[in-house]
Amino acid sequence: MAAPMERVIKQQTERSTFKTTSFQKKTRSKLLSIPGTRPSVQNGQLLVSSGVTSLDFLLGGGLAVGTVLLIEEDRYDSYSRVILKYFLAEGVVCRHRLFVAAAQENPDDILQELPAPILDDVAIPKPVEQPRLPCESQESLDSMKIAWRYQNLPKVQTALVSSSRFGHYYDVSKTMEPEIRQAAKSHCFYLPDHPQKTSNTHSQFLGPYSALLKSLQEVIRQEGFEVAASMSNSQNPNVLRIGLHSLGSALWGDDLCCSDSPEHRHSLVTFLYGLRALLRSSLAVAVITLPSHLIQDRALMGNITRLSDYSIALESFKGSERETNPLYRDYHGLLHVRQVPHLNCLASQLPDHKDLAFKLKRKQFSIEGSMSVQGRTSAVWLCPSP
Amino acid sequence: MQWCNRVNTGLFIASPAMYTELNSILNTSPESFTKGDFILLSDKQSDASFLIHHFLSFYLRAKCKVCFLAMVQSFSHYSTVSQRLGVSLAQAKEKGQLVFLEGLQESLSILIPQDEHTGSQAMNFLRDPKLGLQDLYEFVSSKVKRSCGGEAESEEWGPPVLLVDDLSVLLTLGVTVGAVLDFSHYCQATICSKLQGNMVMLVRCDQEEDEGDNESPACLLKGLTHQSSLTLDVQGLPTGYCRDIHGQVEVCWQRRQGDGQNTQNKLFQYKVHDKGASFFARGTSSAVL
Repeated sequence: MAAPMERVIKQQTERSTFKTTSFQKKTRSKLLSIPGTRPSVQNGQLLVSSGVTSLDFLLGGGLAVGTVLLIEEDRYDSYSRVILKYFLAEGVVCRHRLFVAAAQENPDDILQELPAPILDDVAIPKPVEQPRLPCESQESLDSMKIAWRYQNLPKVQTALVSSSRFGHYYDVSKTMEPEIRQAAKSHCFYLPDHPQKTSNTHSQFLGPYSALLKSLQEVIRQEGFEVAASMSNSQNPNVLRIGLHSLGSALWGDDLCCSDSPEHRHSLVTFLYGLRALLRSSLAVAVITLPSHLIQDRALMGNITRLSDYSIALESFKGSERETNPLYRDYHGLLHVRQVPHLNCLASQLPDHKDLAFKLKRKQFSIEGSMSVQGRTSAVWLCPSP
Repeated sequence: MQWCNRVNTGLFIASPAMYTELNSILNTSPESFTKGDFILLSDKQSDASFLIHHFLSFYLRAKCKVCFLAMVQSFSHYSTVSQRLGVSLAQAKEKGQLVFLEGLQESLSILIPQDEHTGSQAMNFLRDPKLGLQDLYEFVSSKVKRSCGGEAESEEWGPPVLLVDDLSVLLTLGVTVGAVLDFSHYCQATICSKLQGNMVMLVRCDQEEDEGDNESPACLLKGLTHQSSLTLDVQGLPTGYCRDIHGQVEVCWQRRQGDGQNTQNKLFQYKVHDKGASFFARGTSSAVL
């Protein structure tokens, strides 16, 4: 009987070592170990979690460092905004640095609305002295009757320990507490604060995005996110998470969404090219939301997709006739995976990307495939609703 | 063809990872291939970049001098994949066999104006796309002609080869179709006709395109097909996505071979795996049989 037990224990330890990212692929190059990242199972690339565990699974384990995720917004920009906030919240929990850019509202407002993490292993700093009710006696609070083995363990942890887990869950009904949020350093780029300079001829081609690209490069250089600098640096390397809200909308000064034949036809695409150039040589991940439903030109949308690495589109049922369709009763919308890159490898094994639907629950953003949708329809017929 | 244990050059790693089926379809091998060819790769709603990796390692094995214009990915990406195919790009670059233009890196100094101009002139089309691709052509011809100069150490390499990945990104960045066609024509005149080298270019198309659009990749593809001698057109399966068969490749010879070889169009299905791609006749995938 000892042999099967040994195997079980060995499997458990192997699984737990995988989860705590102590797995190191033996390569000649130095593998950076940064909290909140793990190497990909397929090609050893460094991955970060997007904040949504089911999306990580669809994209092959997570977002590769140095890539761009493009989210085509749903009509009211509700769910794409939620995913962006998940991404930034994941950065806070993993102690990554953040860079948020927006034109519509102050990026600080986005940062204040981040969802609260559901904490098992992330400690919240609590005040040392907890207020006690006068009627409760000191003894009954101090002594534990059932869990008396844990009596002597420290009750509070005042320091926020960066979590070694990959991918966390968040409660969207609560916002992240300011103490946790302030633990992660963030840079904000609010477009009205950066008036467009007309003097420099080089930036004319990028149009409204030149200031943003320049600001990104400055942050990457000054904070030491370039790969070459990180490898030689003795300090702990870290990942920069970049969130760009609603690029391409009219508020950015771009007329892509306004007219059929826009004047700034190439600005956003050139910006994406420059962004890819920046990211490929730095420890950074970018998530961009784009109101694609406003862009009339499908070929232009194709170009934008091709210059991003990962690309997903959200289609919510709000306001459409699908809201009352019994087939989609349990879901909030459809999710289309437009593109997944094959970086550093010829081919990769990815799960099926057909017929995906998502649902935003309070504690989880779940994405399910066609099989479960079919399963639910059969359940509808078998168990008619009262 | 045993490519193992070339310890003296240190360039090849012991592995026969090649697209052997593709070589037999095209009747080529690193020892003997037709010179002066313009091979056009195109894809529609799929990814033909696995063919670029193949031709890169193919011509490096054939000891040609390769000039690679990598517009869309970084050097480490191609290097990692080529490692799996058994060729080391870093060593080829050191020996001078490979000239690698990393478009992404060179573009940054132009897109974000710096005080000191350190970027190469090749990406000047980003300053103003109306300038066209003349600077890019000058870059290519200077790198390629140097191999046929009088230098002693460059004589060990074979005919020059130009690889471009890919041309459609130039269109998205604002270059006109006419400028790209001029560029490819100039390159073909220099490399294929004058220097008897080869050219491989990739063009990526979208399926949803207006027929009347003059600046679309489809328009560019038509112009390039006219110039090319061999086209490999990669598409997804007409019946939809399949896990075991990634798509189909149509091979067309544009110019009749000198000895009147069979120049019928051929259609194959393919599957890409970790160390290469396998090609098979329609309906004969190992998953099906």
